[in-house]
Amino acid sequence: MFDLKDLYQEVIIDHSKRPRHFGKLAGQNREAEGYNPLCGDRLTVELIVEDGIVKDAAFEGAGCAISTASASLMTDMVRGKTEAEAQALFRQFQSLVTRNDPPTEDELLELEKLAALAGVRAFPSRVKCATLAWHTLSAALDRRNAPVKTE
Amino acid sequence: MTAPAPARKNPDAGVFDARRAREDFPILKTAAHGKPLVFLDSAASAQKPRQVIDAVAHVYEAEYANIHRGVYELSERTTAAFEDAREKIRAFLNAREAREIIFVRGATEAINLVAQSFGRAFLKEGDEIVLSALEHHSNIVPWQILRDMTGIVLRVAPVNDAGEIEMEAYEKLLNARTRLVAIAHVSNAIGTVTPIREIIRLAHAKGVPVLVDGCQAVPHQKVDLQALDCDFYAFSGHKLYGPSGIGVLYGKAEHLEAMPPYQGGGDMIRSVTFEKTDFNVIPHKFEAGTPHIAGAIGLGAAIDYLEGLGLADIAAHEQALLQHATARLSQVEGLRIVGTAAEKSSILSFTLAAAHPHDIGTILDGEGIAIRTGHHCAQPLMDRFCVAATARASFGLYNTTEDADALAEGLRKVLEIFG
Repeated sequence: MFDLKDLYQEVIIDHSKRPRHFGKLAGQNREAEGYNPLCGDRLTVELIVEDGIVKDAAFEGAGCAISTASASLMTDMVRGKTEAEAQALFRQFQSLVTRNDPPTEDELLELEKLAALAGVRAFPSRVKCATLAWHTLSAALDRRNAPVKTE
Repeated sequence: MTAPAPARKNPDAGVFDARRAREDFPILKTAAHGKPLVFLDSAASAQKPRQVIDAVAHVYEAEYANIHRGVYELSERTTAAFEDAREKIRAFLNAREAREIIFVRGATEAINLVAQSFGRAFLKEGDEIVLSALEHHSNIVPWQILRDMTGIVLRVAPVNDAGEIEMEAYEKLLNARTRLVAIAHVSNAIGTVTPIREIIRLAHAKGVPVLVDGCQAVPHQKVDLQALDCDFYAFSGHKLYGPSGIGVLYGKAEHLEAMPPYQGGGDMIRSVTFEKTDFNVIPHKFEAGTPHIAGAIGLGAAIDYLEGLGLADIAAHEQALLQHATARLSQVEGLRIVGTAAEKSSILSFTLAAAHPHDIGTILDGEGIAIRTGHHCAQPLMDRFCVAATARASFGLYNTTEDADALAEGLRKVLEIFG
């Protein structure tokens, strides 16, 4: 069912207008660039990783509400997580927005604020907007230097 | 009891009746997300009238066999219908001869054909091709591929803030090394109609041939190839209310005859031995393999349809619609129109301060309104205007002022969500 309210929830609008952790990260030791050829959007994710833990995360770039809110929520969520936990969260999030089955209650609870993006799964053309920041995060964690593309 | 509503002035009911024409397009009666479809993406691909759909179906139901091969009657009929379509296109564009009309998959293939055949045969390291900042990727990338093969140099005529080609700069780019000019007749991304006659005149004054990408021009204005005197002209059938997968390369016979084949295969040969192949005459030399037969015949039907309606009347209708839509959209808060050339086709590209084009597109989709969002395969032009993407509404013969009004209302909904 197509419902714009499922996509543009208040938390999404809020994070898209006032993204958290937006800008350069002084002392960053991991970074990656993401690019969505479909819309031309670009973003950069910067991290400070110490002892296998993501101490801080930030992003920069211009994008649509979905990609900006997703990046903002992501940088909020991964701080304090181990690298493995952050990668696991990426896979969990990707599954949330790409698979056919709706998420379970437990899953939504576990995903916390990211659950706000669950509505994206009804909009296949927008899935790449939601996952761009996550692919970029994953590349930064893996120290893959080539820009990440969603296509 | 209420008084009858006063007769309202109908801006569409002048020379051309778009409401009647809409009836010819079955898809316009369908719904999108439970709402009537408002289709504003004809610049990407136009919808098809019943007349084209029926012509294609008729080929497969009653008139289909391979062409230029069979001695049987059915094949001869299909061949005649296919060649009739070529003649219709010749007459439609006022080309001198039907053999100057080459069937290709679309404008993209047409330009690649010229790049790989004309370009590789006649251009060498240091030779220059002049493009413009308005070009679609299909009129950039084939030349870059050629550049990387041959060492030619690409020059780009700039555009001003309105999106018009800077003609003085263009003229200065033409020099003794210039071997070809390849320029759009109408910009697909922002609607600029280029001064193509002047562009051609200036190039010819220096002995430089000109290829025109006419994709966005042929559906919206009468194109006279002999008056233009361009050397090549490319367009796609699907933007002209015809089938997808069929398009046309027009080339002056003198060029086409001098050019080597683009692809080898059946139908493009006279005789083949393992030692030597004699190529067929034009246009067949450039039509290797079985073509999109039904597509070509369907394109002929689209041209019949447009000529029945009258291209001049369609153009007047679309220009009125463009003005109406421009006025309505200009009232939307934070809306910036990208591309404000004095002469424009019915394409409106814009951004909103409050929302990214993709969000605009998704929200309008929820209202049943189909627009294009993104870089429109013209990233260098987007860079020129310092935007990553725009939202683009494009109007075809079947659009009405109601469609433009629905777009303006839809944008209010975008502002409500992002307000």
